[in-house]
Amino acid sequence: MTKKKMVFASRQIFIPIAALLLLALFNLAVDPSFFKITLGRNSAGDPVLTGYLMTILDYGSEVAILAIGMTLVTAACGGQDISVGAAVAIAGSVILRVLVGIGGDGTLQAPIIVGFLAACVVAMLFGAFNGVLVAIFNIQPMVATLILYTAGRSIAAWINNNELPIVTDKTFTYFGGFIPGIPIPTPFFLAVICIAITLLALRFTTLGLYTQAVGINASSSRLNGLNPVFIKWLSFVILGLCVAVVGLIKTSRLSTINYSVIAKDIEMDAILAVALGGNVLSGGKFNIMASIVGAYVIQFLTTTLYKFNVSSDALPAYKAVVVILLVVLSAPAIKDKLMGMVKKQKGVG
Amino acid sequence: MRNIHKTFPGVRALQGVDFTLCKGEIHALMGENGAGKSTLIKVLTGVYEKNEGEIYLDGLEKPAVIKSPQDAQNLGISTVYQEITLCPNLTVAENMYIGRGSAKITNWKKMNEDADQILTNLGIPAKASQQLSDCSIAIQQMVAIARAVDMDCKVLILDEPTSSLDESEVEKLFGLMRDLRARGVGIIFVTHFLDQVYEVCDKITVLRDGQLVGEYVIEDLPRVKLVAKMLGKELDDMEEIKDDNQVYKGDDEYVFEAEQLQSDAGIRPFDFHIKKGEVNGFTGLLGSGRSECVRAIFCADRVTGGNVKMKGRPVKLAKPLDAMKNGIAYLPEDRKIDGIVGDLSVRDNLILAAQVLRGFFQPFSRAEANKFADEYIKLLEIKTASADTPIKSLSGGNQQKVILGRWLLTHPEYLILDEPTRGIDIGTKIEIQKLVLKLASEGMSVTFISSETDEMLRTCSRLVVMRDRKVVGELSGEDLTQGKVMETIAGGEAS
Repeated sequence: MTKKKMVFASRQIFIPIAALLLLALFNLAVDPSFFKITLGRNSAGDPVLTGYLMTILDYGSEVAILAIGMTLVTAACGGQDISVGAAVAIAGSVILRVLVGIGGDGTLQAPIIVGFLAACVVAMLFGAFNGVLVAIFNIQPMVATLILYTAGRSIAAWINNNELPIVTDKTFTYFGGFIPGIPIPTPFFLAVICIAITLLALRFTTLGLYTQAVGINASSSRLNGLNPVFIKWLSFVILGLCVAVVGLIKTSRLSTINYSVIAKDIEMDAILAVALGGNVLSGGKFNIMASIVGAYVIQFLTTTLYKFNVSSDALPAYKAVVVILLVVLSAPAIKDKLMGMVKKQKGVG
Repeated sequence: MRNIHKTFPGVRALQGVDFTLCKGEIHALMGENGAGKSTLIKVLTGVYEKNEGEIYLDGLEKPAVIKSPQDAQNLGISTVYQEITLCPNLTVAENMYIGRGSAKITNWKKMNEDADQILTNLGIPAKASQQLSDCSIAIQQMVAIARAVDMDCKVLILDEPTSSLDESEVEKLFGLMRDLRARGVGIIFVTHFLDQVYEVCDKITVLRDGQLVGEYVIEDLPRVKLVAKMLGKELDDMEEIKDDNQVYKGDDEYVFEAEQLQSDAGIRPFDFHIKKGEVNGFTGLLGSGRSECVRAIFCADRVTGGNVKMKGRPVKLAKPLDAMKNGIAYLPEDRKIDGIVGDLSVRDNLILAAQVLRGFFQPFSRAEANKFADEYIKLLEIKTASADTPIKSLSGGNQQKVILGRWLLTHPEYLILDEPTRGIDIGTKIEIQKLVLKLASEGMSVTFISSETDEMLRTCSRLVVMRDRKVVGELSGEDLTQGKVMETIAGGEAS
């Protein structure tokens, strides 16, 4: 029975992993140097690993962290949060406001952890706001989060009085870069921590069962003693927490913020990651690990395209083509057909 | 249909089934849940592809090719399902012509005229320009039939069309069926109601465990024999249950008492109580408020007034979880909407309520969950490929057993069963009735609701009678007869 279960689980995660392998094979065939990783030193003289794979690990982690929350929101509410990028801007802005303040000279006025916690609280509050709209007022998630999507970046700018505070403290750059002595980008470790916490939560609480039950049949869940409103709301709050972590990474990379550009379109990548992971976008059953692999696949794709000198303006178009392929391939109708073909082949041979 | 085979992973759903339908007859397809009725129909209508066998139409030598529902429709095979598959927000006429590639849909006036013509022809009391959702379920079903008739259907399949209709609506539907029979349409009628079969059908084909038991002319097969054929054994279980009737009056201890209980579902405040080990029930016509009463007890609807006591102690119940914590379990009327969590496995569906009671931070381990699943699958004889199978792929009766198991797993003191036997086969019905009595003998209090009065008379020792959303009487002991119940429901005594 457990073996069957494994086969089933592997089937959902099969698509993103297959996509990952396909992309890897493509790069291997065209230019094996894609996989080259070199150990160098950065401007501060610390050892760092560089190469395309490191870039993927680095930037893919942002999407992966967001994909965790997005998967839960999708599963519980049957819709997606499109305000994630704007919320990242708000979280980043809060961090800078707490750490440097308006008109500050760039030195830290509070420990980084305080800034981060403040961002967590604010991002969760905005998540809670979205959650109230969706769970209590029953507004479609995309419509509900459109509000914050529109207003978020203005709110972010307003938090810092439209200034661009710069952090000069070096420790702040560790979160989006490298910790001295460790040659692997820190965002990857942050992603690992987030994933570990999520897996522990899914293992030691009933979050997974409740979320899926509510996403599949809210009415029945209520009669089984669950509170569907609370669970939907909770998924948005958890996504808020993920947003805060990405806000930290993003501002740490620049040591400052650009309100209109920071984390732009990242929500689309996060939603795509969920879709690529084979999760049903209308809610219900989910597989977090598949979403996370999906997130890295998307970054893999982006990086591959950059390597082929696709200009950043044209990038989305190329990405769309590949994404269409991947999503169509993972659509249930096609999947069943393919499975059938595989079976037939086996039957003949 | 000859020698039809269909296999699903792990299950052989149909094994060499033959089925013949003549022009102008109403043919009942009978069998327990999981006997293969639905599968056979889905093969006939092209929803499933058969593994083996042929289908012949109109006595032609060449087998018909049915690979999709579209093929079936073109060949004149139409199906009306238990659940209405029309669009409630469109008008009656639009529903009749939509998706048929006819140009009529663009000419509203003509479309409405034609639709009205057909409706009058068939004697269906609906207007073409009416919005479908304004019609009763029965009329909606008839509109679906009218649509099929207008598409020149030769074979009409009615899959459990009567399960959500009341008696007068059923009568209307039967009238329409007889009318169609006279016009030469062959009708396949799938139902669980024995009375209805004998009222309207000409022939019966019985399936059991995916195999053909036989085809019978209705006069040759008395009811008892039909049940025996469906179950595959000569049993008089029904009689057995009846004898035990008087035992379950319960102890003196009150488990649940309600005083002037009221909910926002529009019922009059009512008083109610149940003793330990008692089996009682709410009865009344569809829509009389019997479901609303038990929903109020379980707080499934918002409770707006009244006092509740559990074992003599006043308690405040505001939401289903409160009721659950006080040892109340509620098997809802609508299995699909309120009962099953379709995509989740049988195991997850089984443990759900118990898990919620246990708490957020104490998930059952995989081993525990498997143990419960195995235990209840065995205890209730649930037919499923494995505990991992999504519940939605089980047959209706087996889904109901899983939901029943879910509540038994919470070890309730007071179990409310709202229509637990609707739409499930007679064998499972008897099993559930027996189980109810067994539970009561072990000290559980049970409230049982059913549309079938004999079922209630067989199990309950006291009946609360409802009419027009209020309690109008209570029957027990000698008064528990079919006639007395009818009389009270109709209000004969009141005047």
